[in-house]
Amino acid sequence: MARIDLVDLAQSYSGNDADPSSFALKPISMTWRQGGAYALLGPSGCGKTTLLNLISGIITPTRGQILFDGKDITPLPTQQRNIAQVFQFPVIYDTMTVGENLAFPLKNRGMPKPQIDARVKEIGELLDLTPWLNRKATRLTPDAKQKISLGRGLVRSDVAAVLFDEPLTVIDPALKWELRSKLKALHHQLDLTMIYVTHDQTEALTFADTVVVMHDGRVVQSGTPQELFDKPAHTFVGYFIGSPGMNIVPAEISGRQARICGHAIGLDRSYDTLPVGVKIEVGIRPEFVQVAAPAPTLLTAQVERIDDLGRIRFARVRVGDVKFAARVPDGFSPEGGEVGLVFDPARVHVYADSRLIEGVL
Amino acid sequence: MDKTVNNKAWFLVLPVFLIVAFSAVLPLMTVVNYSVQDTFGNNQFFWNGVGWFKELLDPSSDLGGRFLASLGRNLAFSAIILAIEVPLGIVVALSMPRDGWRVAACLVTLALPLLIPWNVVGTIWQIFGRPDIGLLGYTLNSLGFDYNYVSNEFDAWATVIVMDVWHWTSLVALLCYAGLKSIPDAYYQAAQIDGASRWAVFTAIQLPKLNRVLLIGVLLRFMDSFMIYTEPFVVTGGGPGNSTTFVSIELVKIALGQFDLGKAAALSLVYNLIVLIVCWVFYTVMTNAGADHRKTEGAA
Repeated sequence: MARIDLVDLAQSYSGNDADPSSFALKPISMTWRQGGAYALLGPSGCGKTTLLNLISGIITPTRGQILFDGKDITPLPTQQRNIAQVFQFPVIYDTMTVGENLAFPLKNRGMPKPQIDARVKEIGELLDLTPWLNRKATRLTPDAKQKISLGRGLVRSDVAAVLFDEPLTVIDPALKWELRSKLKALHHQLDLTMIYVTHDQTEALTFADTVVVMHDGRVVQSGTPQELFDKPAHTFVGYFIGSPGMNIVPAEISGRQARICGHAIGLDRSYDTLPVGVKIEVGIRPEFVQVAAPAPTLLTAQVERIDDLGRIRFARVRVGDVKFAARVPDGFSPEGGEVGLVFDPARVHVYADSRLIEGVL
Repeated sequence: MDKTVNNKAWFLVLPVFLIVAFSAVLPLMTVVNYSVQDTFGNNQFFWNGVGWFKELLDPSSDLGGRFLASLGRNLAFSAIILAIEVPLGIVVALSMPRDGWRVAACLVTLALPLLIPWNVVGTIWQIFGRPDIGLLGYTLNSLGFDYNYVSNEFDAWATVIVMDVWHWTSLVALLCYAGLKSIPDAYYQAAQIDGASRWAVFTAIQLPKLNRVLLIGVLLRFMDSFMIYTEPFVVTGGGPGNSTTFVSIELVKIALGQFDLGKAAALSLVYNLIVLIVCWVFYTVMTNAGADHRKTEGAA
């Protein structure tokens, strides 16, 4: 159990002299607090697994340091770091029984047998593996195998952190839910720092209390699921989190007014000192744009299609070349293919060069 | 499902049937024929029933004594070379590089002995071991070892075994190397995370994953060594005395040296039967292991 600090950590697979923009992980500094449940979220190839493997020591960083509770462990090999990791595909030692599999990490570290047995029993119970403990770990279903892998990750009570690298990829959707809630429950019971890598936002948002969003080798935002939803710090976060993603529209801003597609909408905050010469955009989540009957005061848009998600309907609309997703209020049915768009001024964010600009109230 | 009945289709099988008949079944039947008869030459044969087989399995008779002694020697030989080649092959495979140009270099070097014909291997070692002009024999003798594979039983055995190890360890090593290559990196990473020692990685991951290739390796090496003929024949000629006379050498002596066709036929049938039984046992074990494997994979 420890706080993990990353200090200017960077990784390049083509050497230290390579062009920094080609780094798999651009220099980052951040802190993972003890006992936190983190999700590392990002598309494939954004550097999440690299970051995870750096922390566990499977790869050595090109630059920077990793500190566990202030102690520099960068040069230590994986075995000497106090870390557990669960991989995407289950790894089972198939000559051993399920119980021996769980005991393996403890046995390797020379823990006395009575203690091992007690701990294996405890973890076996937590993961519902008790009836299987004395069975050979072959011929199991994938979710049972992955449970064993998870168990090996959780069995050591002294680890600095447990790292999960997309551990539920091979699991059926129905069991995914179950295992994920189980993990969440285990996090509360065991008080371990957990870092969970995934490219699935639902997985990240349900598991973690802090979601770290990565994009192109950088951490673009870290915060609670609510923060990521309400106030994306980067247009990528806005677009990546949420379904459908945020509407990002080129705009001209002056004071408390934004002009998009030749139409002025009011803003809650004032933006007087925007950087010049960069791309200015506004972002607003589809949940906060409503379609209404066309009116002269509203931005007029053409409806392309309506997506019915069950509890909520989204209209895909177009203004000139710009596309929006907007919420369709209950009982409203767009007629004639033309609608007006109502924006919630409090929810409109302004981005300069893809980064969020804080306005003045 | 309705099947079309077309007896003309049998003609398609006919070529194979003929080839197998002439290449395997008919020769085997002549051997069966010889094995139940005796002859005094002049192409005159007498019915002998199972007489040769009885004699073959009776240690007190000349034929039985020779057969059982050579069988014992052969089994001992196979056991010794398996006990050396399998662990050695694993060690070689484990110490091979995993990538880079060295892999190619190692593979080619390892494959070299496998490419040499049996009788050439025999000749190489026959000369290599000679105390007068052979590098090995001469060196050993000048170091004070009284090494002579022609007159000393132990030296003859040692030479034949070392020769076989030299010739065939590569096969086991290459099989194991292929087996090791197929283990996903995640296993090694997980073992690192689990704090496994080198030995634990070997026993918990590598050895279980090598299980199947090792079974194939043991089968191939057992069959080959059990049927070995050329190399010991070239090096020691079965001597000194009968000390390196293996079953196949004994068989050739009886069949071609003494021209005792009945005895030789009975011996080769029993020999063949042993080979078939061992193959069948291995095949059964392997398919069972394979079935286990497939079931797990199927579930995954």
